[in-house]
Amino acid sequence: MGPKRSRSGTGRKGKGKGEKTRSPTPLERIGHPDNIFPLVLTSATQELFDCRTDEDVTRESPYKLLKKDNIIQDIKTRAAVSDFSPVKQSVLDYPEDEMLLVFDSDFTYGQCFYLVLTPEKKNKMLEPPEPETLEVSENEVDKTSESKPWISLGSEKEIDEESIKETREKMTFKFSRVRKKFGMPICFSDRNASDAKDGYMECASYPSSKFSIKQMQRDCGINASPGLQTISTQTNWMIQRNASTQYNPRELSEEEIESILNSESLKNFCISVTRRIMHALQQEEIMNVFFDDWKALETEDAAGDWSGQVAEGLILYQAFTDQKYTKDKKICCINWHPTIHGVIAVALVEKTEEPFDVSAVLISRPAFIVFFSFSDPSNPQLLLECPDEILAFEFCPSHPNIIVGGCMNGQVVLWDILAHITHLQDTNQPSSKMASVNTDTFSQQQQPTYASCYTSPHAVVSPHIEDSIQANQITALLAVCSDPDDKKDKRIPVVRLSAMSVVENGHKAPITDVQWLPPTFQVTSKGLPVENKLKISAQIVTCSPDCTIMFWDVRLPKLLSQSLGKKQDVDQKTPITTCGVAQTFKHLERTWKPLFRVAVPKIDTGGEYAPLKFSFEHYSSNDNTEKAAENGHAEIIPDYSQLTVPLVGTEKILEDVNTKFYVGTEEGEILYTNWRVEKDESGQLHSAKPLYCFNTHQYLVKTMQRSPFFKDIVLTIGNWNFAIWQEGVMDGPLVESQHFVEECTTGCWSLSRPAVFFIGKGDGNIEVWNLMENTGQPAYVHHHFTDAKIICIKPWIASPKQHFLAVGDDLGLLSVFKIPQSLYTPSRNETLSMKKYFELEKDSLKDYLKRKEQWVKQKKEDEEFNKKKEVEKPVKPLQNIEEPGMKQYDDDMRMAESILKGMGLWPAASNPEDT
Amino acid sequence: MVGDDVEETLKRIEAHKGVIGTIVVNSEGIPIRTTLDNSTTVLYAGHLRNLTALAKSTVRDIDPQNDLTFLRIRSKKHEIMLAPENNFLLIVIQNPCE
Repeated sequence: MGPKRSRSGTGRKGKGKGEKTRSPTPLERIGHPDNIFPLVLTSATQELFDCRTDEDVTRESPYKLLKKDNIIQDIKTRAAVSDFSPVKQSVLDYPEDEMLLVFDSDFTYGQCFYLVLTPEKKNKMLEPPEPETLEVSENEVDKTSESKPWISLGSEKEIDEESIKETREKMTFKFSRVRKKFGMPICFSDRNASDAKDGYMECASYPSSKFSIKQMQRDCGINASPGLQTISTQTNWMIQRNASTQYNPRELSEEEIESILNSESLKNFCISVTRRIMHALQQEEIMNVFFDDWKALETEDAAGDWSGQVAEGLILYQAFTDQKYTKDKKICCINWHPTIHGVIAVALVEKTEEPFDVSAVLISRPAFIVFFSFSDPSNPQLLLECPDEILAFEFCPSHPNIIVGGCMNGQVVLWDILAHITHLQDTNQPSSKMASVNTDTFSQQQQPTYASCYTSPHAVVSPHIEDSIQANQITALLAVCSDPDDKKDKRIPVVRLSAMSVVENGHKAPITDVQWLPPTFQVTSKGLPVENKLKISAQIVTCSPDCTIMFWDVRLPKLLSQSLGKKQDVDQKTPITTCGVAQTFKHLERTWKPLFRVAVPKIDTGGEYAPLKFSFEHYSSNDNTEKAAENGHAEIIPDYSQLTVPLVGTEKILEDVNTKFYVGTEEGEILYTNWRVEKDESGQLHSAKPLYCFNTHQYLVKTMQRSPFFKDIVLTIGNWNFAIWQEGVMDGPLVESQHFVEECTTGCWSLSRPAVFFIGKGDGNIEVWNLMENTGQPAYVHHHFTDAKIICIKPWIASPKQHFLAVGDDLGLLSVFKIPQSLYTPSRNETLSMKKYFELEKDSLKDYLKRKEQWVKQKKEDEEFNKKKEVEKPVKPLQNIEEPGMKQYDDDMRMAESILKGMGLWPAASNPEDT
Repeated sequence: MVGDDVEETLKRIEAHKGVIGTIVVNSEGIPIRTTLDNSTTVLYAGHLRNLTALAKSTVRDIDPQNDLTFLRIRSKKHEIMLAPENNFLLIVIQNPCE
C-alpha cells in the first residue's frame, strides 16, 4: 500500500472540509481507495440531501450527485456535527460543483455511503456505474507496465568480479629509428620471447609447502557405463537317445486270425492269387527265367583280364642248361619242388643207344639230380649225388625235403636236403648263407662203390676219396675247399645221398617209376593197407621191368632194431660218422629192404608182365585228413630214424582203400591189378592176377597219370597213341586216340583244366589236347625251337596267374613254358562237362562192345553158314545170289578185324606188333 | 466253410515242387497263416511287406492306373514270390530248379 500511495499521490479523497494532511483513521484507511471516502449519513442528512436510503438511492441506483455548495453549507451550519465534517477539506478542494455520493449498500468500505473525492473517479463511476470498476481501473493501471528502475539484488557484485577492468593504464612505447633510416623500408617480424636469453623473466609456479589449500570441492565429470562381464558355463546336454529297443512283432490273437481266415475277402484273395503263383512256380520248376544268356557267354575268371595280347600258345619263360651237368645228357625226369617257388629238379641220363642195357653203362660222369631255380638259369642251385643214373625220382608229399630216386641198377636212394632248403629258397644270395654242413671228420664211407664229393668251408677233403671221380672235378673242389673264406658264389652245394637200398634186395632192372604213398594210409609188410596215424608219407612204391613192384618203408623196421643195435656196437669201433650226410636215414643203411613185393603175373599165359609205370588211387580217408595234414606240416619234421614200421595188427586196417592200381608194361599193355597179396590154397602169399589187361599201346607205356580232377580217370600214353581209362570200367579205355605218325613220348594232365592235357612228341612238339573241343586232334601244337625229342613234361601252378610247364628234352635242355590263360582257365562247368563226357564215352564203349559181340556172333554164324554152303554145293543158284553178298560181307568182316587188330582191341593174347 | 477253401488252395501251392514255405500276411504285415517257424515268418513278413508296398507305390507313381500284380525275387539260394491283392499278401518261397 506504500508504493501505491506514493504513486497515487495525486489522487486524494476529501470531504468537504478539505484537510490537507491526511490522517485517515485506520478504519477509514483500511479497505478503501484514496479517492473515495466512506460516510455515514444520518437520516436527517439523508433527508436534507434527498438521499434517503431505499428511497432515493437504492441498490440499483446508488449514485447521487450533491452540490458542493450544499455540502459546504451543511458543514457550516452544523459544523462538527455534520456528517461531512471529516471530508471538509476535500470538498473544499473539489474542483467541480457536484460530488458523487454513492450508496454502499453492501458496506464495502465500511459505511453505507461514500463520497467520491475526485471528479475523475466520479466520471468513471457514473459512466460505467459499477462499484467494481474502481478496482478494475486500479488493476489496469498496474498492468500497463512501465519501465521500472532495476532493483539491485546483489548480482552486480558478481558481475563486477567477473568483468575485466583495466587496473592500470595501457603502457605505450614509442620507437623511432635513426634518422638516416627514415623513410626506408622496414620489416617487422615476430620474435619469440623464449628465443633470446633473458628474453623474459619467469616466475614459475612451484608447490609451496607453506601454503596449501585443501580442495574441498572439485568438479568431476562422471560417465555412467553399463558393466560388462563375460561368463561361460558348461552344461551337460542330455540328448535322449535310444540305447536299445526291444520289441515284439505284432501278432494277431486267435479269434482275429480265425475271423480273418473265415472271411470272404481272404477267400477272394486266395482265388485270385493262386493262378499267378502256380504259374510262377511252374515256370521256376522248368527253367530259370532270370538266366542271363549274355553274361553266361563269358568263361569263368575271364572278366576284366583282357591284356593287349592274348597269348594263345605256350610262351617260353626260361630255359635251363648247364655246361657241366646237363650237356649231352637227356632229361628223363622232372619234378617241381612242391613248396619252394621256382625250383625244378631234373634227373639226367647219359644218352646211349640202349637205355635199358644196364651192363653196358659205364659211368663217365657222375650222375646228379640237378636243381635249377628261376633266379639263375645257367647255374644249378643244388646237386644231388646219385650212385647211378636216376630214371625216376619224387619229392615226399609230406616232407618236401626228402627225395626218393630209383636208379638204373635197381637201387632206391634217398636224399635229405633239409640242410640246403634255405639255400634253395634264398637263391639270390651268395652261398655264404649256405647252411653249415657237418664238420665231423670224414672217414671211410659205408658204401664202397661210389664217391662222394661235398663242399664245406671248413672241412678237409678226405684222402679216402675213390678215384671214380674225375680228376678235374676234384681239383675244382679242392681249389674251392682250400679257400676258407668262401667269398665265391659259384659253388654249388652237393647233397650226398642219405640212404640206399641194398643191391641184392632191390630191383634187378632199372627202376622206372617211383612214387610215395600218400600220407593218408600205409601198408604193412603183409600188404594190408592200414591207417596212417602220423599222416606222413613214409612209404614208397617202385616198379621196374623185372616184373616186380616193391613197397618200401623209410622207417626203421622194429624187428631189426635189436639186431641193429648190436651192429651199431660193432661198428662203433670204426668211426662211422660221416660228414655232409644227413643222418635222417642212417638207420636204413645196409639194411634197407622192401616191405613186400608184388609180382605181376600174366593173365592168360605164364610169365609176367614187365611194368614200366603204375598209378594207384590216392586214398583220402574221411577222418580229418586235412587237419591232420596241416598239423603234420606244422610240427617239427619227425626224425625218421626214430620212427618204426608199425607192427602188423597194431594199426587199423582200412578196408575201403582201393588197392587196385593200373600198371603200364613194356609191351604196351595196361593192367589193372591188385597189390594186395592173397593167400592161395597152399597158404603162401602171392600176388593176384590182374583183373584185366588191354594192349592198347603197342610199345612202351611212357606215362601213366591220374587226372588231378577225377580220381578214377587215368591217362596212359604209349608210343603211338594215348588212352584214357576209367577205373571201374573193365571193358577198355574210354577214349583212345588214333595212332600218330610221330611217337608220343610223354604227357601230363593240366593242373587247372579237367579237359586239357599235354603230350610231348618225338619231334619236339608239345601238343595241347582239349577233350571238350576235339578228341581227334590237338587243340594246339607248339613247335619247339629245337628238334630234340621231348622226354618229360611236368606242369606246375606257381601262382593263380602263373602256370608253368617244364619240358625236358633229349639235349639236356630244360625249358619252362608259361601256359597262357586260355589254356589254364577252365571253361564254365568244365568238370561237370568232363564227367558227362566220360559217362557218354563209357556208354558208347559199352554200346560198341555189345555191337562188336554181335558182329562176332554174326561173323561166326556167317562162317558156319558158309561152311554149310560149301557142303551144299548143288545149291548153286542160291550161292550165286548170295556169294557176292557173302563176299562183300566177308570183306567187311576182314576189314573190321584188321582195324580192330590194329587198334589192339582184338580180345586175344597180346601180340606185340612192331610197326 | 470258407476257411476250408482257403486251406485247400494254400495246400495246393505248398505241395508244388520245390516250395519251401508260404506265408499269408494281412495289410499291416502281421502273418495270418504260415508254414514256417515263427521267427522266420515274422522276419519275412515284416521285410517283404515293406518291399511290396514300395514296389506297389513305385508302379502306381509311374502310372496311376497301373497296379502291382506280382513280384519275384531271385536270390542265390531261393526264389521268393509275392502276390499282393485285396489287402493281403501271399509269400511263397521256392527252391530254384537247378
